[in-house]
This record gives sequence, C-alpha cells and structure tokens, in this order.
Amino acid sequence: MPTLPGVHLKDEITKISQRLRELGGAGERRGRSDAWEKVKLARHAERPYTLDYIEQMFPGFIELRGDRCFADDPAIVAGLAAYQGRTLMVIGHQKGRDLSSRTYRNFGMPRPEGYRKAQRLMRLADKFGIPVLTLIDTPGAYPGVAAEERGQGGAIARSLVTMARLGVPTVAIIIGEGGSGGALALALADRVMMLENSIYSVSSPEACASILWKDAAEAELAARALMLTSDDLDELQLVDAVLPEPRGGAHRDHAAAARIVKEALEDSLRELELMHPQERRRERFEKFRRVGVWREDGLTLF
Amino acid sequence: MAQRISVDISRRGDNEPDGSFNCPACGQRLNPGELAENLKVCPHCERHLSLTAGERIGLLADEGSWSELSASLRSADPLEFFDLRPYFERIEEAEYDTGLTEAMLAGTARMHKMEVVLVVMDFRFMGGSMGSVVGERFWRAVEHAIETRFPLVAVCASGGARMQEGMLSLLQMAKTACATELLSEVPVPFVSVLTHPTTGGVMASFATLADVIMAEPGALLCFSGPRVIEQTVKEKLPEGFGRAESNLEHGQVDMIVPRHELKDRLVQVLGMLEGGVACALQPLWEEEAGPPGGGGALAKAFGRIKSFANPSRRPPQG
Repeated sequence: MPTLPGVHLKDEITKISQRLRELGGAGERRGRSDAWEKVKLARHAERPYTLDYIEQMFPGFIELRGDRCFADDPAIVAGLAAYQGRTLMVIGHQKGRDLSSRTYRNFGMPRPEGYRKAQRLMRLADKFGIPVLTLIDTPGAYPGVAAEERGQGGAIARSLVTMARLGVPTVAIIIGEGGSGGALALALADRVMMLENSIYSVSSPEACASILWKDAAEAELAARALMLTSDDLDELQLVDAVLPEPRGGAHRDHAAAARIVKEALEDSLRELELMHPQERRRERFEKFRRVGVWREDGLTLF
Repeated sequence: MAQRISVDISRRGDNEPDGSFNCPACGQRLNPGELAENLKVCPHCERHLSLTAGERIGLLADEGSWSELSASLRSADPLEFFDLRPYFERIEEAEYDTGLTEAMLAGTARMHKMEVVLVVMDFRFMGGSMGSVVGERFWRAVEHAIETRFPLVAVCASGGARMQEGMLSLLQMAKTACATELLSEVPVPFVSVLTHPTTGGVMASFATLADVIMAEPGALLCFSGPRVIEQTVKEKLPEGFGRAESNLEHGQVDMIVPRHELKDRLVQVLGMLEGGVACALQPLWEEEAGPPGGGGALAKAFGRIKSFANPSRRPPQG
C-alpha cells in the first residue's frame, strides 16, 4: 500500500515545479490580490448555511441529535436525507443569522460533543452503507474552558480517524468559512470541494496577523499570504474541485447555489459508488499521505 | 500561536557567568550542572523544564542506539510566505539556533534493549510547529514501525500547525491521523508522551490518537491556548487550566509520569501491550540499573545529553 515517494510522483513534480516557477516569476499569484474580498464573501451574513442547503436540496430531512455522552451541539447539524433513490447522511456546521440564533448555534463553533455527534452518525452511516456529505462552514472549533476540559483536541483527532476509516463514499464541500482544525475535522473525505467564494485556512487571518505581524489589523496581508482562497487551494492541488457560484456570490441566489452543490455531489457520488470500499479507502489514504511540499536531496517534492 | 509561549531557559542563562538562572516556577537559583544531573527538573519545585530533542533522545535511548530516519528532509517554501520576515530566513535561523533540521526528529532506538521507533519534537524549532516535513517524518516513522513491528513512541512539544505553510500544514493533521489508523490496523503499539507545551494541531491529531497517552507533570496540554481563550471568549481561566494534572482529572490522558520514571514506564507499558506480562512483574532493566541511587543506567544516560546537544551539528552560518 505505501509506495516509495518519488516513484509515481515524478511527472507531478516536474509539472508543479514548472508551474511554481512561472507563478513565482509573476510575483503576484492568481487569486491573492482579492483574498480579503473572498474572506468577506465567505463570512457574508446572507450566505447560505448548511440548513439552507438542506432545505433546498433535501425535502423530508430528518435531523438526528446528541452525542450520547454529554449533550447535543447545535453548532453542528446532522441527519438523514433522501437523495436520488438513496439515503444520505448530511453533517454540517451551522451558523445563526440573528442574535439569538447566533448564540444558540455558538457562531458555528463546535464543542467536543459536536464532533462526537458527527462521529457517531458517520459510524451509523457506515453500518448501513449510507454515503456521507459534510458541509463545512465554521470560524473554528470553540475555544473555551469547558470545551478544553471535555477534550476538544482529542475530539477533533478522533473525527479525523473516523472519517479515514469509513467504507462508504464521503464528500466534503466547503461552503463558507473553512476555519482551521474545527473545519478539517469534517473534511477528511474522498472528494473535497470548495465553493468559489469560500475560504479554507490553517488559521483565521486575524489570528495569523496578530501572531506573525503582532497586529490583528494586518489581517488583509495575512489573508493574502496564507493562500486561503479556492483559487489558491486549487493551485496547491489541495481540493478536488472548485464550484462556481451564481453571479455576485451564493448569497444572491440560494436556490442556484444549492443546484450547483447538488450537481457536484451527484457527479462525485456517481464516480465514488462505482469503486470498491477498499479501493476508495486506499485512494483516500494515498491522497492525504501525499499532502506536503518538502526538499529531499535537493529536489522539491510535492 | 507557537511563537508566543516560548520559555527559552538556555538563553536566559547567558547573562550569568556560570550559566545559572532562576527557576521560572519557584524563582530559586538553579545551577546548570546540578540541573542536568536532575534531568532538568527543578530540585526545589519539581518543575519539569523543557528538554531539547537531543536531550530527550539521550534520556530515552540506550547508549549508541539512536539511528535517524528521513534525516535528509528539509522544509520548502511553497507559499513563498513573507510576514515581517521571509519564511526561509526563519527556518535558517531555527536550524542555526537549534542544530536541528526540523521541529521533529524521527529514528529508531533501543530502550532497555527494546527496539522502538522514536519521534521527538523540539519546541525551540519554530515553536515545534507542524509543517510538511514534520508530517512526512511522522508518516515515514509509522511506515517503519509497521514494517519492523517496533512500537512507536512520540514525544510531543508543539504550538500547533505551522502558519507559514498554510493549508499544507493544516492537512498534516489529516495525514498524521491517517498514519495512526494504519498503525492500529496492524496493530503496532503507539504511546505518546505529551510535554510542555503541546497545543493546537498536534494535540488535535496524532498526539491524542495514541493507544496510551502519558504526560509530563505541569505540561500545558490543550487545543486552544489560554491566551486565545481569554481574548476570544473573555472567559476567566481556572487555576491550573490545561495543565497535565487538569487533563488527567478530566480523563484526557492516562497518566502523569515524572521524567525520572519515563523510560522505565514506557518500556513497561509497551512490553505489556505486546503481551509481555513478565515485564510488569520483573522489569528487564532492573539488573542493568543496579542498586538504587548507585548511578544506574538512567543516571548515566543523562550524562550523554551533552553529546547530543553538540553544537558541531549546526549548519554553517549564512
């Protein structure tokens, strides 16, 4: 299963290093200049959230709640959906729109019980051969004392392993903010896609700026440096596809955005369902195994 | 997140001619020689001061048994990241300051004659942050453990994912999590040792995915650091928040192991996971160690620390 790196990577290496050289020469990468615009769009208050997509795409959605250990976390919604003659497990971060729903949803920042609920329902889906769709939209996992005491780090780590283990097809779509580990916890999937105006980042631009620039006001610079837009991640080959949004952004037309997501989901599932579970799993491991750029014996390897 | 928690005791000592400095916990005067003798644990307050990767290997590995894996891996700069300083400059500085090639060293070693794959992190190297090289070294260490069936020991110290490699760093969490899954399929025993501080992306990936999790006394172990929590949600932090003791109380780690007992305990637990019940009843290192207090193997081991911290390994300047 694990193969020698370099053996099958040669073509990739040549291709990418050439691309990097071209881009390096141009100074400013495609997508970098409007990074901050994308951050604002990704956080737009009218942008469709997980429940908006569910409403558009899955009539008759049945929500399932609770982690069976401690609580139900409203920052993650999950449940069963009927979709094209099959059942689907849909799991996604959920933000709120007004003050009370924002507080109720904890601004889309899950606590450990949210991740444990997700794990429980992924295992349930796996048991009955139900494909899993995750919709990612969170500023990050909730940084709080109680969340830490209940094992925030371990909960995210176990989410990752749970997703790595699944035999059923998994599709993750970043629909808004893909904030750090709290987003990644639901995104270790066979297909990872991003909506055009979504972002996916190792840290929020504000946090990055306050640490590296010692000034949170430099968030715009940080956003550019972090390469967090869909174009950037496409260029780094860290996402499988970028989904175009309706003119002006997904917030202009929820129904159209949902149609785009639905089509992408359909294409991915059609492909994935033809594969043997072992093959899907092998490809998934291989994909994440290959993530990284380093130098070895003078060569830059992807 | 990483860069702000730094407690660099080696530099603080520079302003005293004999290199002595005050314990950051109790303020007592510490003499470096005595401190090394005591495995860098403050004799007055038991504070476990940070070990470098070399010191940690000296503490855990039998003499002459360490052999490094994937030593030739080096960081690239795929994002051409530039904040107040370029990323490659920060890397060069870290290499020079620490004599290390990255924030994690991986290798094979023997511990009381038991063959293990050992990975060790060093907080001095850019806050022990996890980028592509750390992830790849961990993956290859796991592959080696699977091939040889040697158990894996991971000593963690990290501020989290390395921002300068952007999403490539974040995805190392997914990569290392996949690696631990491969380990547990075999299964090969995997024990992690969480040392001060282990936070962020490392805490939310391989560090907490071990079969048994040990922690050093007083270590700060959390996903979000105290400063982040205070600033973001304005919560008042309880006394001892996120420390090893609090993690033990809340069920997040299996045990707290003082540094003097760490090697023995690791071998014992790994031996038992591999079915060697005898290990618990009559540890195989007892003979080797000799009578208590008589300069046994462990005490000798620490004598070797200086050779690992040898500055001759530093790359040339510039």
